[in-house]
Amino acid sequence: MDAKTASSFLNEPPRTQMLNRLWEFQRAKHYISDADITTLAKDYDISEIEVEGIVSFYHFFHRKHAGKFTIYLNNSMTSQMKGFNRILEAFERETAAKVGSTDPTGTFGLFLTPCIGLSDQEPAALINFYPFTNLNTLKVREIITKLKKGVPIEEICDHPKENIHYTTDKQPGIFFSDFKSGSAISKLVALQKVGVINKLKNTRLSGRGGAFYPTWMKWQAAADEETTPKVVVCNADEGEPGTFKDRVLMQKVPETVIEGMIACAYAIGASFGLIYLRSEYTWLHDKVEKALQKYRDKGLLGNSCGGITNFNFDIRLQLGAGSYVCGEETALLESAEGKRGEPRTRWFYPVQKGYLNLPTVVNNVETFCAATRIIQYGEDHFRSYGIEKSPGTKIISVSGDCKYPGIYEIEWGMTLGDLLDKCGAEEPYYIQESGPSGTVLTVDEADTPFAMFAEFFTQHIRCGGALTIFNKNRDILDILLNYADFYKQESCGICTPCRAGNYFIERKLERIKNGLASDDDIEELNQWSLIMRHTSRCGLGKTATNSLINTLEKFSDYFESIIQQDKSALNVGFDMEAAIRDYEEFKN
Amino acid sequence: MAKLINITIDGRNILTEEGRNLVDVAKENGFFIPSLCYFESIESPLGTCRTCTCRINGKFGPACTEKVREGLTVEVNAPDLKDMRKALVEMMFAEGNHICPSCEKSGNCDLQHMGYELGIAISRFPHLFKDRLIDYDAKRMIMEHNRCIKCMRCVVEIKNDDGKNVFSYQNRGNETYVGIDYNEEKKLTREQAIHAMNICPTGAIIVRGESYGMPFGFRKFDKSSTRPDYNTPVKSNNNKRKGKPKKKTIATVSLAGCFGCHMSLLDIDTELLDIVELVSFHKSPITDIKKFSKRCDVGIVEGSVCNDENVETLRAFREQCDLLVAVGECAIWGGLPSMRNSIPLAECMEEAYLNCVTSEEGNTIIPYHKDLPKMLDRVYESREIVKIDYFIPGCPPDAQHIWKAVKNLLWDENYSILYSEFKYD
Ligand SMILES: Cc1cc2nc3c(=O)[nH]c(=O)nc-3n(C[C@H](O)[C@H](O)[C@H](O)COP(=O)(O)O)c2cc1C
Ligand code: SF4
Ligand code: SF4
Ligand code: SF4
Ligand code: FES
Repeated sequence: MDAKTASSFLNEPPRTQMLNRLWEFQRAKHYISDADITTLAKDYDISEIEVEGIVSFYHFFHRKHAGKFTIYLNNSMTSQMKGFNRILEAFERETAAKVGSTDPTGTFGLFLTPCIGLSDQEPAALINFYPFTNLNTLKVREIITKLKKGVPIEEICDHPKENIHYTTDKQPGIFFSDFKSGSAISKLVALQKVGVINKLKNTRLSGRGGAFYPTWMKWQAAADEETTPKVVVCNADEGEPGTFKDRVLMQKVPETVIEGMIACAYAIGASFGLIYLRSEYTWLHDKVEKALQKYRDKGLLGNSCGGITNFNFDIRLQLGAGSYVCGEETALLESAEGKRGEPRTRWFYPVQKGYLNLPTVVNNVETFCAATRIIQYGEDHFRSYGIEKSPGTKIISVSGDCKYPGIYEIEWGMTLGDLLDKCGAEEPYYIQESGPSGTVLTVDEADTPFAMFAEFFTQHIRCGGALTIFNKNRDILDILLNYADFYKQESCGICTPCRAGNYFIERKLERIKNGLASDDDIEELNQWSLIMRHTSRCGLGKTATNSLINTLEKFSDYFESIIQQDKSALNVGFDMEAAIRDYEEFKN
Repeated sequence: MAKLINITIDGRNILTEEGRNLVDVAKENGFFIPSLCYFESIESPLGTCRTCTCRINGKFGPACTEKVREGLTVEVNAPDLKDMRKALVEMMFAEGNHICPSCEKSGNCDLQHMGYELGIAISRFPHLFKDRLIDYDAKRMIMEHNRCIKCMRCVVEIKNDDGKNVFSYQNRGNETYVGIDYNEEKKLTREQAIHAMNICPTGAIIVRGESYGMPFGFRKFDKSSTRPDYNTPVKSNNNKRKGKPKKKTIATVSLAGCFGCHMSLLDIDTELLDIVELVSFHKSPITDIKKFSKRCDVGIVEGSVCNDENVETLRAFREQCDLLVAVGECAIWGGLPSMRNSIPLAECMEEAYLNCVTSEEGNTIIPYHKDLPKMLDRVYESREIVKIDYFIPGCPPDAQHIWKAVKNLLWDENYSILYSEFKYD
C-alpha cells in the first residue's frame, strides 16, 4: 500500500486516518474495544463520545466481538428473490450463530447487510469481506466446513464474474474496449485545460452517479476557484441496491478510472485525488491499489505526472465502512475526513468547499471512465453512439427475473423493451430502474427509450445504472417493505422527515400487509411520501419514497384489491385477535 | 456595507443586504417562518429540522440555509407549505415521547411553542413509542432522549474549555440519539452547562438543580403567542340563533383515562345550567345510563383504548353517535396510559400485580377471569379503532374549550379559543 506517497501531495490532518485506524482494530480483534476508543480520542484530541459516534455510524464496525469469520449475507430484493431465507437458515444451521450475533465459540458472526454489488450472482455473501456468490444450501455447508477445517478463506472464496453480456451493436463500444495506460494522459497537453473541459461540454457528458449534472460545469467551477490545493474525488461507493456497474468497471478497466481522475486534476489544477471505495468491495482494493502503483511506477502519477511539468498529482484509496448514505457526495467527504457520514447543507458546494474545505470535484466511477474515453477516442467517436441530446452509451446493471443478469452497455435511445429482450426478461411485471430511489416501470412502457433528456419522444427513462426485474409472482408489498426497511436503517438520522418518515412509511406498509388498510391509508401514504420528498435534507430522504409514489400510481389496481373498499366504514381496521394474543399467552 | 438587493417574499418586494440568512430577513419583515434548529450564532446553519421549508425560486427548500441574493423569490405562506411544516412538527411529537405535563422545560420549550403556534391538535402520524432510556449517569446533566429532536445544536455548539465536544450523535437512521461524554461533561463550567440546557430547543438536556429557575406561568412562552387569533376573542353569534335551539343529546365515556376530562367538562360553574337547558346527557358516567337506548348527536370520548372492552364500547359509541369527539391527550394519542407501550405486556402485568411495592409477599396473583376485560398488547389511540370526527387537545382540555367546540359542532356557533384557555401547562 502506498497511501504515504499520495498523502505527501496534500497535508491531510491525522484525523483523516480515522476509518483506516478503526478498520485495523476491527480486523485484528474483530471488534473495537473501549481501549481503542480511548486511544483514538487521545490521538486525535477529540472526545470519546465523538469516536463512539463515528464507530456506531458504520455498520461494519462492531463494539462486540463479531466472530473470527464475520459473515454478511445480503438481504436486498434480488437476494430475497433467489432464496435468501433458505441461505440464512443454512448459515444459522451450519455456524450455530443466530443472525445479528456470533456462535458461542465466537468463530462465526452472522449479520445482514444491504446490496453488496453482486445482484447478478445472488444469493451472495461476504465472509471477512471475501465474496461468495450464487450460494445454495450445499455450498454454504461446504464453505463453513472448510473454514472450520482451517482452509484459508482466499482459497475458497469466489471471484465474481464480470458478466458483460452486451456492449452495443457497434464495436468496440465505449467503456470496455482495450485500453493502454497513458493513452488519454498523452493527449492532455495538446488539449490544454480548456480543451479537456470543452470536450466534455461537446459530448454532453453528465454525472453517472445518478444526478446527471453536466460534468463540464462542475470541472469548470472547480477550475475557476482560486483556493488551492484542489481535490479530485472518485465516488466508488456504489450503494444503490441493484447497481454493480462501477464494480465491473473497476474489475475490468481500473486504468480508465484513474486516467479520468488525472484528466480532471489536470483540468482543474488539483494535486490530490481520493477514491472512496465502499468496503463491500474490499476484495477489489488490492486490484485498484496495484493499478495505482503501476501508474506511479510509469510516472503517470506523482511528481510531473505523465511527464507534464508542474503537474503533481497522486491518488489515495479510502475504504468506507458500511453506509449507503456515504455515496451522497457531501456525506462521502465527511466520511473521508474521518467523521460520521452526514450530508452537509447546501450552504457551500463541494467545488467551493469540499474535502477539508478545499475546492473538490466529486464524480462517479463511470463518469471518470467516460471522460477518459472521450479524450482517448475523441468526441466524434463518443457522439457516434446514442442520440442527439444524449450522446454516448450507458452501462446498466441488470438483475432479477431474467435469463442473463449482468452488464449491458446500451446506446442512449434504446428502448426498455429492447433491453428486456436482450437480457431474457422472464414475464416482467414490476420493473425497477435506478434502484429503490429511481422509478418503477411496467411493461406498458416497453417503447420508452433510455435517455438523459427529452427529445423526439415524450417519456424517457433516465437510468442511473440499474434495472431490476420482478415477475408477477413477486409480492409488491414485500418489495416496498424491503425498501422501507433499507431506508429506515440507512438514513443518516439527522433530519426529521427522513429519520422519522421512513419509519412511519414502514408502519403504514405493515398495516396494509396485515390487511387492515383502507383507502385513507393509501392516501396518507402518498401524502407522507410527498412531504418526505419535498422537505428532506439530502437525496436519500428526497428519493426514498420515489418507488412507493410510483407504485401507488402505476399499480393502483393491486392496492384496490387488497384494501377495504367501504369508504363509509366507521370502524377502522383493527385486529382484535392479534391485539390480545400477548395477553392470552401470558395468562397461560 | 453589503450590497443592497431585492427579494420577493409572498409577492412583497423587500430591500435587504446580500448574503444574509433568509430566516432573519423574513422575520424582520413580518413573515413568520417556523424554525427549530436555526440558531443565529451557529455558522453554517444546521438545516436539520426542516420546519423552515419554503418554496424558494419555485423549489422546496429550507429558508435557514439560504443566503439572500438578487431576485430571490420566496413563498412562505402557501397552504401546502404551511401544511408541510406543520407535518414536520407533528412528526417530532409522534417520534419522541413528549409528556408535557411532567416536563421541566414546559413553557420554555421551542417545540411545544411551535406546536401551539402551528395549531397542532393531533399528529397525523402514528406514535412510534420507541423505548429509550433516560441517561442519568452524567454528573451534572440528565439526557432525556425521549424529548430530543436531533436538531444538532448541542452537538455543534457545546464544547468545554479543552475544546472538546460534549455531545455527539450515536448510531444512525431511526436509532440515532445524542450521546453525552461523561468525562468531558464534568469539565463544563456551570455557565456552559446552563447554556447547553438553554440552547436545547426541547427538554432533552436538563441540568440538575437548575431546571426550575423560572416558575411555570412566567416562562418564555407562557403568556403570549404571535398568532392574532389566540389573543383576540371572536364575538359569539349565538344570539343570532332563531328561537330556542333544538335540544341535543350527548353521550360521554371515559375509557383508559383518569376522569380528568370529565371533571373538566363539569368545571364551568354556572354555565352548566345553560348547558343542561341545551343538551341532555344520555349514556354517560354523569347520568349512570349504562346502555344506549337511542341515537345521540355527539359522543364525547375520554381516554385511550387499553382492553377489549374499551374496543367494544368505542365501537358502540361510533354506531350510536352522529359525531364522535376525542377529548384529551389519552383519547388523542394514548397519553399517560401509553407509557406502557414501550414495555412488553407481561412485564407490565408482573410489575403491577406481583413485584410492586404494595403487593404482599407470597400473597400475589394476577387476576384472571373470563369476565374480566382482556388487556391489549399496547394502548391504542381512539382513531385506531373507529373514525373520530374531532379532536380537542389538552390534559385535560379547559372546560371552555370543550364546550365552545361542542356548541360549534351542534349549532354552528362561532368561537375562539384564547391562548390562556388553550395553554394549560
Ligand atoms: C443517498 C445517495 C447515495 C448516492 N450514492 C452514490 C454512489 O454510490 N455513487 C455515486 O457515484 N453517486 C452517488 N450519489 C450521487 C452523488 O451524490 C453525486 O451526485 C455523484 O457522486 C456526483 O458524481 P457524478 O456527477 O459523476 O454523477 C448518491 C446520492 C445520494 C443522495
Ligand atoms: S435525508 Fe436522510 S440521509 Fe439525508 S440528511 Fe436527512 S436523515 Fe440524513
Ligand atoms: S420537550 Fe417540550 S414538547 Fe417535549 S415534553 Fe417537554 S415541553 Fe413538551
Ligand atoms: S439534545 Fe437538545 S440540542 Fe441536542 S440535538 Fe437533542 S434537541 Fe437538539
Ligand atoms: S430551521 Fe431550517 S432546517 Fe431547522
